[in-house]
Amino acid sequence: MNVRGSCYDLIVVGAGIVGTACAEAASGEGLRVAVVEPAAIGGGATAAAMGHLVAMDDDPAELALSRYSLRCWDEYASLPAAEFSRCGTLWVAGNDEECAAIGRRVGRLAAAGIHAETLDATTLYEAEPALAPGLAGGMLVPAEAVVYPPRMARHLLAQAQTRGAHLFAGRRVVALHADGATLDDGERLHGPVLVATGCATPTLLPQLPLRGRKGHLVITDRYPGLLRHQVLELGYAASAHGSESSSVAFNVQPRPTGQILIGSSREFDADDDGVSRPLLRRMLARAFHFMPALRELQALRVWTGQRPTSLDGRPYLGAVGDSGRLWVAAGHEGLGVTTALGSARLMVDLILGRAPAIDSTPFAPARVMA
Amino acid sequence: MLEHCHYDVLVVGAGPGGLAAACTVATHGKRVALVDMQPRPGGQVWRHDIAHGAPRAARRAIARAAAGVELLAGTQVVDAEHGTLRLERGDDTFDVSYGALILATGARELLLPFPGWTLPGVSGAGGLQALAKQGFPVAGKRVLVAGSGPLLLATAVTLRRHGAQLLGIVEQAPHAQVMRFARGLWRWPARATQALQLQAQLMGVPRFDGHCVVAAHGRDALEAVELEDADGQRRRIGCDLLGTGYGLLPNVELAALLGCALEPEGAQQRVRVDAWQRTSIDGIYAVGEACGIGGLHSARLEGAIAAHVACGRPQRTQALLRRRDHARRFAATLAQTFALQPRVRRLADPDTLICRCEDVPLAALDGFTDARAAKLATRCGMGACQGRICGAVLAELGRFPRGGGRPPLFPARLATLAAVSESREPLSGVQP
Amino acid sequence: MNRITLRVDGIPLQVDAGISVAAAVAHVHTGPRRSCSGQPRAPFCGMGVCFECRVRIDGVAQQRACLVVVRDGMEVVTDA
Repeated sequence: MNVRGSCYDLIVVGAGIVGTACAEAASGEGLRVAVVEPAAIGGGATAAAMGHLVAMDDDPAELALSRYSLRCWDEYASLPAAEFSRCGTLWVAGNDEECAAIGRRVGRLAAAGIHAETLDATTLYEAEPALAPGLAGGMLVPAEAVVYPPRMARHLLAQAQTRGAHLFAGRRVVALHADGATLDDGERLHGPVLVATGCATPTLLPQLPLRGRKGHLVITDRYPGLLRHQVLELGYAASAHGSESSSVAFNVQPRPTGQILIGSSREFDADDDGVSRPLLRRMLARAFHFMPALRELQALRVWTGQRPTSLDGRPYLGAVGDSGRLWVAAGHEGLGVTTALGSARLMVDLILGRAPAIDSTPFAPARVMA
Repeated sequence: MLEHCHYDVLVVGAGPGGLAAACTVATHGKRVALVDMQPRPGGQVWRHDIAHGAPRAARRAIARAAAGVELLAGTQVVDAEHGTLRLERGDDTFDVSYGALILATGARELLLPFPGWTLPGVSGAGGLQALAKQGFPVAGKRVLVAGSGPLLLATAVTLRRHGAQLLGIVEQAPHAQVMRFARGLWRWPARATQALQLQAQLMGVPRFDGHCVVAAHGRDALEAVELEDADGQRRRIGCDLLGTGYGLLPNVELAALLGCALEPEGAQQRVRVDAWQRTSIDGIYAVGEACGIGGLHSARLEGAIAAHVACGRPQRTQALLRRRDHARRFAATLAQTFALQPRVRRLADPDTLICRCEDVPLAALDGFTDARAAKLATRCGMGACQGRICGAVLAELGRFPRGGGRPPLFPARLATLAAVSESREPLSGVQP
Repeated sequence: MNRITLRVDGIPLQVDAGISVAAAVAHVHTGPRRSCSGQPRAPFCGMGVCFECRVRIDGVAQQRACLVVVRDGMEVVTDA
């Protein structure tokens, strides 16, 4: 046991996609970084996630962060570990009301610098022939992509390690103190701390309210060519940002392997990792409604994960208190993969006292700590 | 369309153990169903042979079952929840609830990797036997049977009956050990008779005890295998088919999904049961290979034992328990004789594929100490076999134990998982 | 023994009734499946566990050929 401990410029707690992105960005600035992770790298929400890189336009702050982060992701488009596939996002209108709203959404995305196209019935079925008949239209965002988050997290960590970052693997932070953190084996690390432990954040930072929002995903065997885009119903945002105790939405993704990933469900107050059969059935029924051909595919595996969800749905990015030595990057709900790289750059700018490229005030943890 | 039915006792697996269980339940006048994923009952050891039928004992057991047992063949258990199994047969989905559940899920082969094991023409030993029994063409083919255990002899007999040209039987256990086992067989007269019959049917087939197949060669299909003797001397044998298996391992996946406690069986796992075949979960029993490789005879006895206990007649098990213990002792002797030599766990090269579904080589798995981290980083175990092949391999190679399973139990149609019971009310005459 | 006719990759094939699709396919191809990295593969475990023998049967992809008995008029499509 090293009682004196070691000094770092930044101690990142948690090696999910957000923590590893922060470690990568901080080490890229020449900071001496420690990363503490008790379990598998990218093994929490990162592993459970779909890995869809998507801009949601219903919250301007989130849209700005997403756009900023999507640009960062472009740098990894040819990295094998990212398994980056620019399949585009196709939003399908489930009813006339959603169809009528497409123009406004295209406009909002355009204003943020993201190109989107309105599809009528003809172009919709050209883009995605397996969709159920009778749909009126949709919106295509061609530049969006899918990645494989756990391998990306490992890559980001490895990048940080080549720049000298030290991984405390299998170690857990049990306490934070004014000058660092104490690990479960008693070792003390000295330096500013950045907590990026997703759903577990309140364990170290009880002042930041965070709830797990459980989701289910199903992966199928390989059916190359059946699905071409990540396809979601335009009503997805209502499911994602609504506050119902449980909801489902049509959300399917073509993996580069030819497999199809099927979501999504959202459920509060379900802390176990078990598969809820009733919710799974609802989720699949929703998927069949939009894409009946899915019925005959072989499902290989169903799993669940917890989205770390803040009070207002936006992540906590910034200083905790005013010591300047405690930071948080957590609570990204379903956008952790999309916004991880942007969140990391924003965090490093804040830590180094620079002005971030986007406005960080909507994400300041202080908003809930009054 | 989803049907929901209820049985007093539901038996999963229509091999000798499951058939014995189901038939015994029927004698108690209970409503019983027997589920099996294969198109015909019999399991692996009693698998119907397209050309030669099934053994007499199998025919008798299957005929007996036809009377009082509802047989659901070609039916796969895909999920389990709250005392109900979800079954899939073709396009049909059934939910079946039960008063008691008897797991007779049997075993599969331990298939260990070596360079070339993914080539067409290389299969399991029992695998090749099963394929041949279902009409897979082996006549006139040059065939080598390799690995370990008495299954190799049974496989060789089947292949010979189907016209294969047997080049030899390769047994990894040392010759002296195999002979010692043969000399001790008098204690199990029925087994001794069976062994003599097998020997007679394999007259003239070369035996390579203490040998092992270390590589398979060929461009798009098997052309030759490399055989290594106990001293490390190698020779090449040209052949068309290689059936190789290193014994059996229990199928515990359904038991695990139901939450039954497991315990180690060597590097693998088996279902933990008490003397009456009760698992750690009330009302769930396990019999036969699922609770440890014991062979045909103990499976049949355990099937009957579990059935009596499940029907509330444990006093009927008295004589069966003694016979079962005797049969299990034979299995222990077998396990000792055919214990794996360390070299068979070291056959894979760094670039030998371990996960055959996702084509993950051994070298990619270096440095991982748990199945989940390895899976997330390399895709090992993510494929259609759900880790049944590579998970057993990695456990046997001493890398890490198999990871926890996720539903479905086997790949299943999404429509099967999505089906909603029309009525969750149990049918009439059903216990709560 | 009864004979039935099925098609494997469009090739008409007469086989004994009661055999498995895996057995029927073996009359036509040695390595009917391509693995995810493009290697030829053939039935391996023979009992429905390894999923190496998957083929498309009557339009339904990813079926285990070793578990299905041939039927007259069946259309089987492999990767070969």
